[in-house]
Amino acid sequence: MVKVNGEDRAAAGFSVTGWLQEAGYQPAAVAVEYNGSILGRTAYDSTILKDDDVLEIVCFMGGG
Amino acid sequence: MEKNEEDCLVLGGHKFHSRFILGSGKYSLKLIEAAVQDAGAEIVTLAVRRANTKEHENILDYIPKQVTLLPNTSGARNAEEAVRIARLARELGCGDFIKIEIMRDSKYLLPDNQETIRATDILAREGFVVLPYMYPDLNAARDLVSAGAAAVMPLASPIGSNKGLATKEFIQILIDEIDRPVIVDAGIGSPSQACEAMEMGAAAIMANTALATAGNLPLMAAAFREAISAGRKAYLAGLGRVLSRGAAASDPLTGFLRD
Amino acid sequence: MTEEKEEKQENQFLIDSDRLSEKALARKHQLENDPSCRKDPMEYFPDMEQIHSDVREEVIRQVEAYDYEQYTAVDVRRALEHKTCSVEDFKALLSPAALPFLEEMAQKAHLETSRHFGNTVYLFTPLYIANYCENYCVYCGFNCYNDIQRLQLNREQIEHEMKVIADSGMEEILILTGESKKKSSIEYIGEACKLARKYFKNVGLEIYPVNTDDYRYLHECGADYVTVFQETYDLTKYETLHLLGHKRVWPYRFEAQERALMGGMRGVGFSALLGLSDFRRDALATALHLWYLQRKYPQAEFSLSCPRLRPIINNDKINPLDVGEKQLCQILCAYRLFLPYAGITVSSRESKPFRNGIARICATKISAGVSTGIGDHEEKYTGREEGAVGDEQFEICDTRSFRTMYKDMAGEGLQPVLNDYLYV
Repeated sequence: MVKVNGEDRAAAGFSVTGWLQEAGYQPAAVAVEYNGSILGRTAYDSTILKDDDVLEIVCFMGGG
Repeated sequence: MEKNEEDCLVLGGHKFHSRFILGSGKYSLKLIEAAVQDAGAEIVTLAVRRANTKEHENILDYIPKQVTLLPNTSGARNAEEAVRIARLARELGCGDFIKIEIMRDSKYLLPDNQETIRATDILAREGFVVLPYMYPDLNAARDLVSAGAAAVMPLASPIGSNKGLATKEFIQILIDEIDRPVIVDAGIGSPSQACEAMEMGAAAIMANTALATAGNLPLMAAAFREAISAGRKAYLAGLGRVLSRGAAASDPLTGFLRD
Repeated sequence: MTEEKEEKQENQFLIDSDRLSEKALARKHQLENDPSCRKDPMEYFPDMEQIHSDVREEVIRQVEAYDYEQYTAVDVRRALEHKTCSVEDFKALLSPAALPFLEEMAQKAHLETSRHFGNTVYLFTPLYIANYCENYCVYCGFNCYNDIQRLQLNREQIEHEMKVIADSGMEEILILTGESKKKSSIEYIGEACKLARKYFKNVGLEIYPVNTDDYRYLHECGADYVTVFQETYDLTKYETLHLLGHKRVWPYRFEAQERALMGGMRGVGFSALLGLSDFRRDALATALHLWYLQRKYPQAEFSLSCPRLRPIINNDKINPLDVGEKQLCQILCAYRLFLPYAGITVSSRESKPFRNGIARICATKISAGVSTGIGDHEEKYTGREEGAVGDEQFEICDTRSFRTMYKDMAGEGLQPVLNDYLYV
């Protein structure tokens, strides 16, 4: 299982690009932290998720 | 100011003509464009949050393109978390501006100056234009400037309280002593309060709740814009003579002087 | 002002002595008459530390742009109404337009002084321990071409003088030397500081500017306050007045206070010698010099002095030109309003009525029992004459003893303070 935004998801085996599509994110609107480090957009295709990985997917929202 | 000199707010080498920094929280995305327009804002703040797949609306689609985005680090409880959020914000691809906001107190939401100084130091080194939200303390402000802050953002009163310039005397000290723009952030509840801060010499005003809770948001945005501009002009013009009450000289002090 | 008038106002500084050798006299005249034989005043000597600081540039930029004739009564009134005095307000208060507002300025200065210092006035005494000097500064009694009795006190003599002063009740001392590193070495001055710590609660120095390491050493020896007079911030004028010696290097002198703070001193003092050049610009530069350093070193203590030119031995015609008592009072009130936290010292060059009056307005520190000569405190304090004494740097005006001064200040409704200092 992969921890995605704090929840266990069956994302192992997906590339990051694949998972973003699968889960329904807009890739252009998010940033990804992979196991504690920022994952550059160019690495989305080549990064394959495995069990125990931790993924944070964030976006902008309204704020002061 | 020289007559022909352009009056700009300069943050980390970037020039702005508007001195109204607009928050985008607590109101409908659909109102953002009108708010930006009527506020005349060139900088809009945003928060960074875990993306939700159920929500397909991207706030960036609602913000006019020429606007500079100022992501904040709200949610951070220490320097490390703020740094992490700042880096993610930059990865979202909207420039190098970051408003540091670190709170260890969920009741009053008061900023933690020490942690903010630490985060400023780290992020300024990484090339961010750092705008730290702070409690108006002179020593902390000096440390923030030394750490590389592009401005300081002291609170007028607790965040979201609309209570106005409760910290007025201390903000004045920062304005007098700090060689960076002093942007009054948090607690400004009405245009008259924004105007007062600008008359004191504040470089800009950041407001969110006062607009979000107004009956007519775009109209309030316009009111703030005019008040901020009026306060700025009054500051530049130099406030005039106010007759002091009952200050009559007793004995002359200069009678001893020889020609 | 017409040129003719201006000429009349110039001081005649240059005095020859028939006791100088022909060679020395020729060199003196060459220095006086041929600017090309004088060293570049911007060029540091090899042993002078150069620090990286933008304070000098900032000060000079502001002073060069200062046109005091531009200010009007409206600007002055506005400045007087402001709660905090901005640089612009200060410029207005220094301008000729402010002179008619002197009483109002004094009233406001008095309030500011009370707010920051209460009704206290500090008393101290200067102790000159040597008058050897390697510089040729044309207006100064100690200058190396002036024919005066030179003297340097040895350890025993210094201690003796200190005892005499301490016995009078004084708790704060300012140690002064002529500017000769050869005759009055850092070690020599350091020893004087160590002695002074035995007898006094606060030791200040007014010596030639030194490097950061030397300031650190002197601080370890017991000194905690360094005063350096820039004399004039007008480089072009400075060059024509300081013809020879280390003191000729203008930027090294300018940076002395900053080096002192870097060396760990708690406080620094500043001054221009009013009457040498345009006094309004010099007053502006002095205050800005302090102001910028305060912003850079907010932990430090700061003070200002306001000496005017005085007659010296062998030249009794030197005078402060256009800086009258009213102008001096205006400058001091403007200093107080712009720098409410700064100490203001008024020297014994000024008269008794002036010092009494100004202490009620804005001065916070007054010297008493003063001699600018060497080794003559014993004589002055006890009337007993023994041994050689060295000649004075300038003529003092207010000769009151410590006891009289204490009584007089109390009589003015002020609280004389000998010391409230904590060494840490």
